Order: sequence, then structure tokens, then C-alpha cells
Amino acid sequence: MELSLATRAVAEHAVLEVGGEVDVYTAPRLRERLNELIDSGARSIVVDLNRVDFLDSTGLGVLVGAHRRLRPLGGRCALACDKEPLLKIFRITALDQVFPLYPSVEAATDPSGPSA
Amino acid sequence: MSTVKLAFSPAPVHVRTARLVGVAVARRAGVAEELLDEVRLAIGEACTRAVELHRQYGLPDLVQMEMSDDQSYTVRVIDRAPIEAGLGLTALPPDALANEWLTDEALTVGVGFALLAGFVDDLQVRPVEVGIGTEVRMVWPVGK
Repeated sequence: MELSLATRAVAEHAVLEVGGEVDVYTAPRLRERLNELIDSGARSIVVDLNRVDFLDSTGLGVLVGAHRRLRPLGGRCALACDKEPLLKIFRITALDQVFPLYPSVEAATDPSGPSA
Repeated sequence: MSTVKLAFSPAPVHVRTARLVGVAVARRAGVAEELLDEVRLAIGEACTRAVELHRQYGLPDLVQMEMSDDQSYTVRVIDRAPIEAGLGLTALPPDALANEWLTDEALTVGVGFALLAGFVDDLQVRPVEVGIGTEVRMVWPVGK
């Protein structure tokens, strides 16, 4: 399945809903969209991975790139994901210690102060 | 024992095809259904690595993938990049992942290697026997 990208705003958060396969071929489009969001002023980005069927190292590299761009700007890149195969990828690469991970967009954007 | 061979131009668009073929052959070989996601990811990582090395060195040579089933399911992904490039890969320590000094390319390579090592119990990266290049050899059990 091809990559799909959709952006919406939830309060002060920019939510990027990603679907399909994120790999060496499609990851540049994800990078481009994340850079557009940051360039347009988004400082809290939630990437919703719950419709992603496949995610590889190039996709992970793009997510880390967004995290690195946002951090010095006082922003953050959080991930919404409750799919065990993807969560295992984050654990194996230790990236679960880098990103705030939430099971859903609702949890990631909870104004009462979500906790990872 | 049966063997399936695939060779493709070093372009990112073909990595998905390699994954699909690799998983289809794994399923037919009898690899357990619950391992197929890991097979798909590992083959993707090995092929991505090969494609990136060929692009880095400007090599038009085809990336080769050979799948065989005997007592187990074995996938070999072969690149033609200089050996020192291929064998220089190491998994990154976790605390290095978000460090600023690490280039995006180095980070992706390190993460890719961490995934390969994490998902493949029987993994070997070694020089090819003939000519220049590296072979990533991955083995999974079959349920026959």
C-alpha cells in the first residue's frame, strides 16, 4: 500500500496521520511534509502511526530528523501508536526512549497533561 | 530444496518488490506466520542497505537476492560496494540515537543495523566469495 499523509489541527497540535508503507522509497515524502509543518510554525507535532502497515529504518530516520529539528525550537514530536509490531521496532532501536509514545492521538493531545 | 533468485536495479522503488517476493517465498517455504512481519522488515533493511551503498558509490550493478529453503529459510542479499563500506556497519548505542552530531545517514544506517540484528537470530554479514561486495545472510526456521 502506498504512503498516505493527512494533516489536521487538534488544539495547538499539528497531527500528521500517516498510512500505508514508510520505506526508503516513500520516506522522502514524509520528511517533506514534516519539514513543511515545522517551516510553517508547528511546534507540537503528533505523528499518528496507527494506520501504518510498514515502517523501516529510513522512516525512523525521518521521525528522528523531525525530533531533532523541533527540539532546539522548544517543540516536540510525539508519536501515536498502539500497534505491537511497530512498538517492537521502537523498542529494538531504543527509539522508545527518544520519542513520547502514546496509544492514540487523543492521549497525545490530552490537554490535562498526557503522560507517556 | 528450492531456490528463487531476484536481481534489481539499485533504486528505492524496487525494495518493496523485494520484500513482497521474500515474504511470499518465506510463506511457501513454511516460515511461521507470526515471523513473516520480521522477515519482511529484515529483507527490507538488507535491501535498503544494499541500494544505499550502490547509490553512495555510484554503482549501477544489480542488487542480488537469493532465497532458498532446505532445513530452514535462507535469504542472501548481495551488494557490490567496497567491502570496507559494507563491513564497517555497527549498531548504534541507544543514547547516540538523538545526538546532534550523528548525520541522518549514519543514524538511518545504525537503526537499520539494529533492526537487522534485533529481528534476525541467525545473521551474518561477510565479504562475497568472488569479486567485490558484501553478503547479508539471514536464516529463519521453517515449520516443516
